[in-house]
Amino acid sequence: MDNQLLNVSSAPHVRSKDTTQSIMRDVLLALLPTTLVGIWNFGWEALLLIVVSMTSAVALEALYQHLMKKPIRVLDGSAAVTGLLLALNVTSTLPVGMIILGNFIAIIVIKQLFGGIGQNIMNPALGARCFLVISFAAQMTSFTYDGITGPTPLQTLKFQDQASLWQMFLGNHGGTIGETSALALLLGAGYLFYRRIIRPTIPFYYIGTLVVFIALFGGHGLDPIFLAKHVCGGGLLIGAFFMATDYTTSPTTHMGRVIFGILCGLLTGIFRVYGANAEGVSFSIIFANLLVPLIERYTMPYAYGSSPWNRKKNMALFQRMSKEE
Amino acid sequence: MGKLFRSFTGGIHPFGGKEITKNDAVEPLFLEEKTEVVIPLSQHIGAPCECLVKRGDEVLIGQKIGEAKGKVSSCVHASVSGKVKKVEERRVYDGRMMMSVVIESDGKNQEVEYLPADYHALSREEILHRILEGGVVGFGGAGFPTQAKLDVKHPERVEYVLINAAECEPYLTSNYRLMMEDPKRVYGGMEILLHLYPNAKGMVVIEDNKKDCVKVMKRVFQDTKVSVLTVKTKYPQGDSRMIMEAATGRKMSSDFHAVDLGCVVCNVDSVARIYDAVSLGKPVVNRIVTVTGEGLNRHGNYLVPLGTSYLKILELSGGANVENPKYISGGPMMGTALMNLDVPVTKLASSLLVLPSDDVMNAKESPCIRCGRCAEVCPGRIMPLVANRYAEKGDKEGFIAHGGMECCECGCCSFICPAKKPLTQNIKSMRRMIINEKKKEKVHG
Repeated sequence: MDNQLLNVSSAPHVRSKDTTQSIMRDVLLALLPTTLVGIWNFGWEALLLIVVSMTSAVALEALYQHLMKKPIRVLDGSAAVTGLLLALNVTSTLPVGMIILGNFIAIIVIKQLFGGIGQNIMNPALGARCFLVISFAAQMTSFTYDGITGPTPLQTLKFQDQASLWQMFLGNHGGTIGETSALALLLGAGYLFYRRIIRPTIPFYYIGTLVVFIALFGGHGLDPIFLAKHVCGGGLLIGAFFMATDYTTSPTTHMGRVIFGILCGLLTGIFRVYGANAEGVSFSIIFANLLVPLIERYTMPYAYGSSPWNRKKNMALFQRMSKEE
Repeated sequence: MGKLFRSFTGGIHPFGGKEITKNDAVEPLFLEEKTEVVIPLSQHIGAPCECLVKRGDEVLIGQKIGEAKGKVSSCVHASVSGKVKKVEERRVYDGRMMMSVVIESDGKNQEVEYLPADYHALSREEILHRILEGGVVGFGGAGFPTQAKLDVKHPERVEYVLINAAECEPYLTSNYRLMMEDPKRVYGGMEILLHLYPNAKGMVVIEDNKKDCVKVMKRVFQDTKVSVLTVKTKYPQGDSRMIMEAATGRKMSSDFHAVDLGCVVCNVDSVARIYDAVSLGKPVVNRIVTVTGEGLNRHGNYLVPLGTSYLKILELSGGANVENPKYISGGPMMGTALMNLDVPVTKLASSLLVLPSDDVMNAKESPCIRCGRCAEVCPGRIMPLVANRYAEKGDKEGFIAHGGMECCECGCCSFICPAKKPLTQNIKSMRRMIINEKKKEKVHG
């Protein structure tokens, strides 16, 4: 017993079970419903794109880390999430080569060149999607459903209203692979809330702000069907629950999250109402991503009991305790 | 405000582990002849004691062997009857060497004669003196000498006397057992405290996972003005600042003391000891130690004479059931991992916890993903991820400006971090470094 070496460490001696890997696994699980709906909707083409996208994302990250002699962290699952998110954000008719290029932008340019996981300045999947939209506008915005190429419900909402709210909620209509079914996305979001992976702050303020904005400037006032269609349409739900809540590119302070959500909602509203496109979620989240360091800097919380109003209260108590008669 | 809101912002819910020893009644531990106890002359914050005995002296249980020196200090007493073998430096639980009195038990366990007193007949100074002579310190873990805490300039202005009975650390049940088995002593201590602070409102604050305890306390205090407050079970509810906020709504930043804001917060064990010291004249010679953890064959709550070696306690509980477990003195969140088991139990040792596996060793650090969980759970409302960045860089100004000094070292951030970063550890070392520098400046400047 005398010379036995004991395990010693500084407190705390217990750790929670959650790891980066388990979080990424939960996100993948949460994306499962919408992925399945996407495959059911858009067929084998969608499945192929998803498989290629996830494989290339993981392969590119592994290759980069190997070549650059960095610690191999690809098994944490973040690259797989990025690959899946990117596939869910393109149309099923996109050529396979383009999704690989997109993953190159996401994983290498946006994520690894900035220092890897936790260091990227914008959401890799969204950044890559915007790159693809700008570079290959035609392929990225040709939405096919049931063999017929046509506008998405959000586009028709802007120009001439066609799809029913029920259709938009269930997801049998044109759009990107993963954005169509509000129901599937809400299921996934519910799982993330249940597992406490994400907090409601950002989605709440994002969607709330957008609804207020559309009600004020959308031209239809408080028409509930119109507002609901705006919420279900386009990439709002996948953006609000799965993209804007990305840990690395959203603020860590509570106030910062509120501001970030409102900013996303405002920008999306502006892009949707006044922009040339019907869409706007990707660009608004990316734009807000870039402002995160600034937002965080000005929303640092006061340490416990150190806020000016609380200090004043404490000083008054202190004086009462210590003053001489 | 409703019951549910009596808490604080942040905090975590680690595995409870209290069920293991909850129902084990406290068993006194007697040391047989020839057993050695090692009593460190400093078992509190502040100046170490002056030794009153020398080699060869015969001592009895309760005999004072260390005299308090200075204002912030406390006495220590012999915990067995026997002969003083040596007075020398011995290693204590946190690895430091401390001047200690080594006593060999004669197995007779003879006690000195205690002098009971009626606190009504004593003056304020006399009460405080009896507490000092009784060696009462903050049993919650800080070890601040109780009489120094209670010595307030204007006692009549104190508004609240709070008994901290939250016991929020996982696994620990010593306070729980004390309240279940000896509520009268807690009651007696509270009476003395309310006598010292005539205008204060007394409150006993207990977490809502100890329902039976709340019942016992309510019964004991039923005919008094003292209220028993149930707060949400959440770690670190037992931090004195969190207790204060839950009970009074006052949020104290680290540059104030509780008493500055009109509150006196005492650990429940200390309150019972105040009763012992003042009314019975009995000093602190033992403490309830919870011996627990999944790595042990037998568990229980023991009343252990101070100075008993942890090895002895381990033997008593049948030893560990796994190879190479982790031994911790105190709870898993703030306790100290023992690097040597042959160290004495002190007034601050609430438990011997044996964990079969070491989470810390198994955890692999990976880069921060900025999930913000640390900031959500931090009861000090700082941003551990930011403070950690300053600490890693060694940027003292940035660290202070960011509020790193408000850290209470509770360990929530390290616990919750999915990237397994040693946040608490980094922030703690930085904080200690700055505190030590300030102390040095005071001495030299």
